[in-house]
Amino acid sequence: MAEMLSGADMLVRALQDEGVEYLFGYPGGAALHIYDAIFKQQKVEHILVRHEQAAAHMADGYARATGRPGVVLVTSGPGATNTITGIATAHMDSTPIVVISGQVPTDQLGTDAFQETDMVGVSRPVVKHSFLVRNAAEIPMAVKKAFYIAASGRPGPVVIDVPKDATDPNAKFEYAYPKDVAMRSYNPVAHGHSGQIRAAVKLLLAAKRPVIYSGGGVVQGDAAEALTAIARRLDYPVTNTLMGLGGFPGTDRRFLGMLGLHGTFEANLAMHHADVIFAVGARFDDRVTNNPAKFCPSAKFIHLDVDPASISKIIPADIPIVGAAAPALTGMLGRLETELERNPDAIDRDAIDAWWRRIDGWRGRFGLDHDQRARGDAPLLPQQVVQAVYRATRGEAYVTADVGQHQMFAAQYYLFDEPRRWINSGGLGTMGFGLPAAMGAQFAFPDAQVVCVTGEGSFMMNMQELSTCMQYALPIKIINLNNQALGMVKQWQDMQYGGRHSHSTYKDALPDFVALAASFGHAGFRVDTLPELEAVVAEIFSDKYKDRLVFLDAWIDPDEHVYPMAIKGGAMNEMVLTRNGGPAPPP
Amino acid sequence: MSARRIIAVLLENEAGALSRIIGLFAQRNYNIESLTVAPTEDETLSRLTLTTCGDESTIEQVTKQLNKLIEVVKVVDLTDGDHIERELMLVKVRAEGAQRPEIKRVADIFRGQIVDLTPDAYTVQLTGPSEKLDAFIRAIGRAAVLEVARSGVSGIGRGDAMMRL
Ligand SMILES: Cc1ncc(C[n+]2csc(CCOP(=O)(O)OP(=O)(O)O)c2C)c(N)n1
Ligand SMILES: [Mg+2]
Repeated sequence: MAEMLSGADMLVRALQDEGVEYLFGYPGGAALHIYDAIFKQQKVEHILVRHEQAAAHMADGYARATGRPGVVLVTSGPGATNTITGIATAHMDSTPIVVISGQVPTDQLGTDAFQETDMVGVSRPVVKHSFLVRNAAEIPMAVKKAFYIAASGRPGPVVIDVPKDATDPNAKFEYAYPKDVAMRSYNPVAHGHSGQIRAAVKLLLAAKRPVIYSGGGVVQGDAAEALTAIARRLDYPVTNTLMGLGGFPGTDRRFLGMLGLHGTFEANLAMHHADVIFAVGARFDDRVTNNPAKFCPSAKFIHLDVDPASISKIIPADIPIVGAAAPALTGMLGRLETELERNPDAIDRDAIDAWWRRIDGWRGRFGLDHDQRARGDAPLLPQQVVQAVYRATRGEAYVTADVGQHQMFAAQYYLFDEPRRWINSGGLGTMGFGLPAAMGAQFAFPDAQVVCVTGEGSFMMNMQELSTCMQYALPIKIINLNNQALGMVKQWQDMQYGGRHSHSTYKDALPDFVALAASFGHAGFRVDTLPELEAVVAEIFSDKYKDRLVFLDAWIDPDEHVYPMAIKGGAMNEMVLTRNGGPAPPP
Repeated sequence: MSARRIIAVLLENEAGALSRIIGLFAQRNYNIESLTVAPTEDETLSRLTLTTCGDESTIEQVTKQLNKLIEVVKVVDLTDGDHIERELMLVKVRAEGAQRPEIKRVADIFRGQIVDLTPDAYTVQLTGPSEKLDAFIRAIGRAAVLEVARSGVSGIGRGDAMMRL
């Protein structure tokens, strides 16, 4: 006899059957039948957040750290609309989350009922797909499809909007969770075309000035290992996008650092002068390419991506490969070995050695901290704080960031040897992402070291979650690079608006963050000089604070800028390297 | 080089599917000149024909982005091959006294039919490629046209070219 369950019970059972660990949510009228069903079970743990936007970021942080979809549950109307920023953030960075929203009863749809919003309509441009459940019997299949769609192909957010009557506790239906799902309209590609792979390997082997440019697709596609094997086999240089950090070991000498707007001198120059660029799981975002018309003038492009629409969207690919990164790269590696066996001299070693000498020359003269080295002790620099955190965590932490200068400093100075350790809002650039994303990662890995590098501006966009951190005893370490300003905005105003700081400062209106953290029951520290830094950082990462959230308010040089910075509208070799240094010298 | 394209789409006949297509065009700043949609002989599928224009890379993006929509089953750019293109137009034309035989004659030349009439107007039904319908309106003269209802373009490949699952 099939089991008879209400719609609400089916929904929760389906989540159990899908293996969901956590639901990040917030209750309200339209979701109350579902909340009652949650109350009656133990398998799925519900996490009560303080703002629905944060719930979406938590689910997103969980997804980025684990590769499994994060799940959100909210009520209709404001509960649903509050998740939109979080959904859009996941959409831009292609991360799998499933958002379940309550909805007014079916017979009230379209009547402007209390707390009614057209959630499917409002979220439409920022989801991979969405479902409006028409009756309770559809629930198991809707859940099955939602998880399948969210996690497969190019991942993304999926919304399931559930009218209250579909969760009526008194109407029971036969429950069976579908084993698999087949959709005639949705068949994501897996393996890349073997002919294209052959052609790509041939071009790679013939390269004299190659660069491997990899992005979030390598991290999300669990392809870091395959990519690393290829790069090491070839001994070719690798650069990562902001989303791709950790896709190749940050401490490997073949790693050139991040590229793009705030990319390293050597990464951007290598791209500019390359003859073959192998783009993997990267989408030629405008923050990378700067002016597409001037982008990498002498390069041929191999572009591997799971989403055909990403290929040749901005820069035409010479060899397009549609495929999931891991199987396609594994296929390439096999092909590479075959070629090298047949012809061990296929790679022009002299040319590659000469290329490395050029790159190392760039790195030596104008590498990341060439300017910092010359500046001495005071005032405290944000880069020094990130480096201290890097040392204290041995480079092994999960690091989330908010958006602004602090995000770029974290990306530049924390070297990630593993994928999924660096978690930031690259595509949408959502201030307020850092803390809830760190919470999602900490829920996923309770024993791991999780660090949130934030700025005081971003932090104040979701700081209410300090209360949630207390409730669930999350021992996150928050590093607040406090420059008493919307630093990144101020930097642009310095560089492009004659130093007119229109609404980018709030110096005398900031809270005492140490006291703020304490009021939520957490530990707080403040540091503003280099000599104190190492000791304070060592203490907050010591066993003493192993089980507590610690907030470090680091008062840094408010005038520091992020460099390198690409010159607007220029090519990749056009950057400003230091505050007074002007444009980089022609190499 | 911007060219007019006729794109046929098979999609799941589900609530909300059409709004995703229209939303996609709005969101990505693609233009739609006309759009027609109706269920097919298989009632689980709808067929949609849309005309748009853009250069080659824009049209490539349009078809790729359409294919990405979960409910879209198949996308074919009919303008890539030989195809038949038809549009239906119902047009109310002022037709009084001596004008009446003249209007009738023009309608005949365009193989139109008069499907309704009043003492001072004809309603003419015409089918054909869009340019033919445009030409009819020019021939009658804008001043005489009282009301126009056009269906938008519907299209199908010629010969053995078949768009099915
Ligand atoms: C929600 C949101 N609003 C506005 C912006 C625009 N913005 C980008 S960086 C930035 C300043 C961030 O300030 P803070 O968090 O203190 O970081 P800092 O740059 O000072 O390190 C702003 C306002 C944004 N990215 N996100
Ligand atoms: Mg700041």
